[in-house]
Amino acid sequence: MLELKGVSFSVDDESTKNGEIEILKNINLKIDENKFVVITGPNGGGKSTLATLIAGIKKPSLGKIYFNGEDITELSITERARKGISFAFQQPVRFKGIRVIDLLRIAAGKDISVSAACEYLSEVGLCARDYVEREVNASLSGGELKRIEIATVMARKTKLSVFDEPEAGIDLWSFQNLIRIFENMRNEISNGSIIIISHQERILNIADEIVVVKNGTIFKHGDAKEILPELVGTESAVDACDRLRN
Amino acid sequence: MLKMDEVQKRLLEEVADLHDVPVGAYNLRANGKSIGRNSTDEIIVDSREDGKGLSIKIKDGTKKQSVHIPVVLSESGMKETVYNDFYVGDDCDVLIVAGCGIDNCGTQDAEHDGIHTFYIGKNSKVRYVEKHYGSGDGMGKRLLNPVTDVHIGEGSSMEMEMVQIKGVDSTERTTTASLAADAHLVVRERLMTHGEQQAISVYDIKLDGDGTSADIVSRGVARDSSYQKLDLKIVGNAVCSGHTECDSIIMDKGRILAVPSLEANSTEAQLIHEAAIGKIAGDQLNKLMTLGLTEAEAEEQIINGFLR
Repeated sequence: MLELKGVSFSVDDESTKNGEIEILKNINLKIDENKFVVITGPNGGGKSTLATLIAGIKKPSLGKIYFNGEDITELSITERARKGISFAFQQPVRFKGIRVIDLLRIAAGKDISVSAACEYLSEVGLCARDYVEREVNASLSGGELKRIEIATVMARKTKLSVFDEPEAGIDLWSFQNLIRIFENMRNEISNGSIIIISHQERILNIADEIVVVKNGTIFKHGDAKEILPELVGTESAVDACDRLRN
Repeated sequence: MLKMDEVQKRLLEEVADLHDVPVGAYNLRANGKSIGRNSTDEIIVDSREDGKGLSIKIKDGTKKQSVHIPVVLSESGMKETVYNDFYVGDDCDVLIVAGCGIDNCGTQDAEHDGIHTFYIGKNSKVRYVEKHYGSGDGMGKRLLNPVTDVHIGEGSSMEMEMVQIKGVDSTERTTTASLAADAHLVVRERLMTHGEQQAISVYDIKLDGDGTSADIVSRGVARDSSYQKLDLKIVGNAVCSGHTECDSIIMDKGRILAVPSLEANSTEAQLIHEAAIGKIAGDQLNKLMTLGLTEAEAEEQIINGFLR
């Protein structure tokens, strides 16, 4: 379904103004259909960069990205979205004046009814009637924005959904609900794949495959059952209470 | 029966959301002449004694009624200044819809300057909607210079919605207000300029009585080579609270000058201003593009939302 071949990504070195820093080095990754894949690894290892390369927000310095056999390396964000790639931002974007229902309508690509919009919101645990008319602005909490972000991805019903650290920036209570959302997604997966960037043990627990990204390279990739035991207790797989302790 | 051509009907729809003759009190003005007028038992629409505009009197206790006074100009070269006076009694709850649409297909400028003065009694609620719209592809300019002067009586409140989204080449709008004790004013202004347009919007709000408040929010989008100047002033003379907010999106070669100012003449005045100018954020565009919109479509959605 998705394949990255020899993908590298570099940025100019701001500190020395001289040369480049390689964020990702020669990444080769294949994601098959109907898989729930969690990408984990230490902070600063390049996970989020990998997600933005898949969505097209950043372009690789080297290498190719294929989606359903087609080379999409040079395609724009819009073209990739239309081909069936969805992306949930780590930091959901706020908009003055754009309402939750507007965003869901844009995501669904059609003028969905209020009750259809409510269904998506209910799925992410929001009391829909209270939210459809709200603006997606600073009046919403981090947890609310995060869930709305996930609802927009669900409303798209695309082949591939990429979630960048859905647990980041939300409280523990919201986090428990979030896990349930992903468990449901995991159970209902069909004709598509889900990639989640996460450190959370409970999300890693429901993965088919785990990819460990470290120092800009793929350190490990394989069956979750084999990889997870090695990760438990490290910063690649923290439990929910660690979130409080940290 | 009113006679309006298609252009006039379209303008009327843009500025007053009217598809036909409004219900209740109204005056429709087209190309310098009143073409229809209606008074009700509570709202009397009359010509001013000097013939230079309207005198609208709303009786005490008038509730849930509206008065529409839209103006349409569809002749090139038409220039007019109209003085409309509104006298709102005590204990009223009314909607007043004004606005002007200009269609100028000719080579001469078309201009409408509406000078609106409001005298609002005690304990009344007034909602005022004013929309301005221009169309037509002639070389002649479409000019609008509205003046709104408001005197809000004790315990009364006024909510103003001022909208100018399209097609007005040059506008200088001036809004002044004075508020007596426990009076409140809320203003929501939305301005979009494009091409070579210029818009200047000046507010001077005086909070004279104890317990008064004003909340003035102006949102603007300056596209192409257009220019906007927003000059928002609140003067606090008593126990009062005032807030002004200028929030602008700048695009292309647009220019925006925001001049928020506050004057406190009492230690009990609490005044705040906020002003922000910036381009559309890259992550906003990216987010909407990940939902399948093109960059241009994303921009349109962001602006439409911002000016909602």
